[in-house]
Amino acid sequence: MLTAILVMVGIAVVTGLVLGWSAIRFKVEGNPLAEKIDAILPQTQCGQCGFPGCRPYAEAIAKGEADINQCPPGGEEGVKKLADLLGVEPKSLDETHGTSKPKSVAFIDEQTCIGCTLCIQACPVDAIAGAAKQMHTIIAAECTGCELCLPPCPVDCISMVPIAEDLPHWKWKHPVIEIKPVELKRVA
Amino acid sequence: MSRELFKFKGGIHPPGHKAESTGRPIHPAPLPKKLVIPLRQHIGNPARPIVDVGERVLKGQLIAAADGAISTAVHASSSGIVSAIGPARVPHISGLPDECITIETDGRDEWIAHGPLDYQAMTRADLLAHLRDMGLAGLGGAVFPSAVKLDPGAAQTCPTLIINGGECEPWITCDDMLMRTQADAILQGVAIMRHLLGSSEILIGIEDNKPEAIAAMQAATAKTDFAVETVSLPTRYPGGGAKQMIETLTGKQVPSGKLSTDIGIQVFNVGTAYALARAVHHGEPLISRLVTVTGHVLRAQNVEALIGTPFDTLIQLAGDRDGTTGVLMGGPMMGLPIPDTSVPVVKATNCILVESAELFPPPPKALPCIRCTRCADACPAELQPQELFRFAKSDDFGRAQEYHLFDCIECGCCSYVCPSHIPLVDFYRYAKSEIWARERDKRAADLARERHEFRLFRQEREKTEKAEKLAAKAQAKRAELAAAPTEAGNSGTSEADAKKALIAAALARAQAKKTETTPQNTDNLSPDTQQEIAEIETRRAKIRALARKPLESEETP
Repeated sequence: MLTAILVMVGIAVVTGLVLGWSAIRFKVEGNPLAEKIDAILPQTQCGQCGFPGCRPYAEAIAKGEADINQCPPGGEEGVKKLADLLGVEPKSLDETHGTSKPKSVAFIDEQTCIGCTLCIQACPVDAIAGAAKQMHTIIAAECTGCELCLPPCPVDCISMVPIAEDLPHWKWKHPVIEIKPVELKRVA
Repeated sequence: MSRELFKFKGGIHPPGHKAESTGRPIHPAPLPKKLVIPLRQHIGNPARPIVDVGERVLKGQLIAAADGAISTAVHASSSGIVSAIGPARVPHISGLPDECITIETDGRDEWIAHGPLDYQAMTRADLLAHLRDMGLAGLGGAVFPSAVKLDPGAAQTCPTLIINGGECEPWITCDDMLMRTQADAILQGVAIMRHLLGSSEILIGIEDNKPEAIAAMQAATAKTDFAVETVSLPTRYPGGGAKQMIETLTGKQVPSGKLSTDIGIQVFNVGTAYALARAVHHGEPLISRLVTVTGHVLRAQNVEALIGTPFDTLIQLAGDRDGTTGVLMGGPMMGLPIPDTSVPVVKATNCILVESAELFPPPPKALPCIRCTRCADACPAELQPQELFRFAKSDDFGRAQEYHLFDCIECGCCSYVCPSHIPLVDFYRYAKSEIWARERDKRAADLARERHEFRLFRQEREKTEKAEKLAAKAQAKRAELAAAPTEAGNSGTSEADAKKALIAAALARAQAKKTETTPQNTDNLSPDTQQEIAEIETRRAKIRALARKPLESEETP
């Protein structure tokens, strides 16, 4: 009897130690699901979803506090990917958070810019170069097109320019197979 | 000397149509009034222009330098004045413009100083850099910068060198004509390749529908001082594809996702070997190439055309006819329709194929896939085209990549044999470009995430740094004040006293500043002005006194 108890206690202690050790050794930093969701989000950091950036939105989805259809830059495709990841039914984009627009970059009209630095403070990805009372300019390659620089500009000198299709970014279109309509013979 | 040949899987036997354009000798194309030379004629980074608008350039002058590791230079094809640098129409299926340098030719065709190069005396790095500046790119169609391919890398050697004279695509004969006429020069180029790659085995593969070319190359190889073997290959499309030629000649397959150099084989087109010989033995950069102009024209032939010559000029030279329905750059299997025929000849233009309704009837309407797997039997890359089609059509790109979509060489065998006439290759091209676009978007998103995270980190850091700085300043002040009263013998001051003293010190500082600052505009004044100021001041004092005195009306309510 005593031996049996001792053996059981022994096993419990050993297993407990192993589990305790591996909990420390193989600790997962952060929420792996939020990480996966964040990888799908387009990283525009535009806040249209109602969260201050893509990462907080990803965490909210992971916790079940936000719906998957609140990201207009991700579009229907993004919603579909999130639905696949979370194993839920895809839904259509929630229009209250905005609509999907063609990809664009911000452009500063340098004639009008007064160098107030308000847009620099608003840019979530530090894609605006400039200093106080100096000309500001957008680093086009790093602009995500989030439009967060538009409202703070006191002189409205920032506009969004859609990215035109050029040769290096040209894509083959989905081939269209023409369907031959069958002529119906009218039966007299 | 006969060699054991191997068979690659699949392939088709389309009608050759080679005789149309081999009957006439190579004709030099006329010098056009305007040459439009694109900066992106090769795979990799576009060349960087180094001339200005209005500058006079000579034939063979470097006008745009190679930019980055995978790039090559671009040269003026004739002498003239640079009239524009900017977007112009280029031969591309989309019809979109791209950066080009436009030269108004002066008709003198004046060469820049050039001469042969003693390549054996040069170091490998110097020679490769020189070839990069000569604008060499693969002329078989892929236009990969040759200097990069000629650098064997860490291995320092590439045992097998294959010279590709397969030219399996119907209608095209420019490599055939080049081998017939320039066999010796091609071998001079091969010698330079051998020097750079350190190859021990050199094979020249030519399909057996080109007996004249085989004979010419065999005659030339007999004269060389190194071992070269000309091998006649059975004609079967796409036997001239690099991977198919490697398999036919050596029996080795290039593993999926790897390069032929990983198995010690490098492949060059005969045209590239010829261009290399011109560059080294004559100092001539790549400014012209042989172009087959064939199909629905009066005199199908091969022309020696300067890079930048409009397609129209060459089609007119060959005799344009009524009933043209379109123009392809390349052959009927892999060529791309060009919507605008005013575009220039580029390094990749091996053939201009003019279409007519009789020669190339419009394909019948596509029908649903019946999964007959004829395409799988024909596929030389040993893929499952019917599955790839299914995935590409439904935008299931992940599965398409699992089925090795990127091993597809877009040869068009599957579309050729498809009984439902489905344009299968168009679907693979669509899927490939979508996958590339997604990867680009992914990279952009990763960059944005990284920058956003850094911004958050920076803001946090700035906040703590500011707080620390303020705390340190306050601490220093307090210590300073704590030291001062001790000198006065007033030790043991309480916290409240210290604060009071701080405020008093700040007040004193502010006061001192106020008295220190004197108006600048009252210095160095003339006596007259001073007099005037004094008058104004007395007037002001009077008014102030008046204002202070309460009005009588106010006094009596």
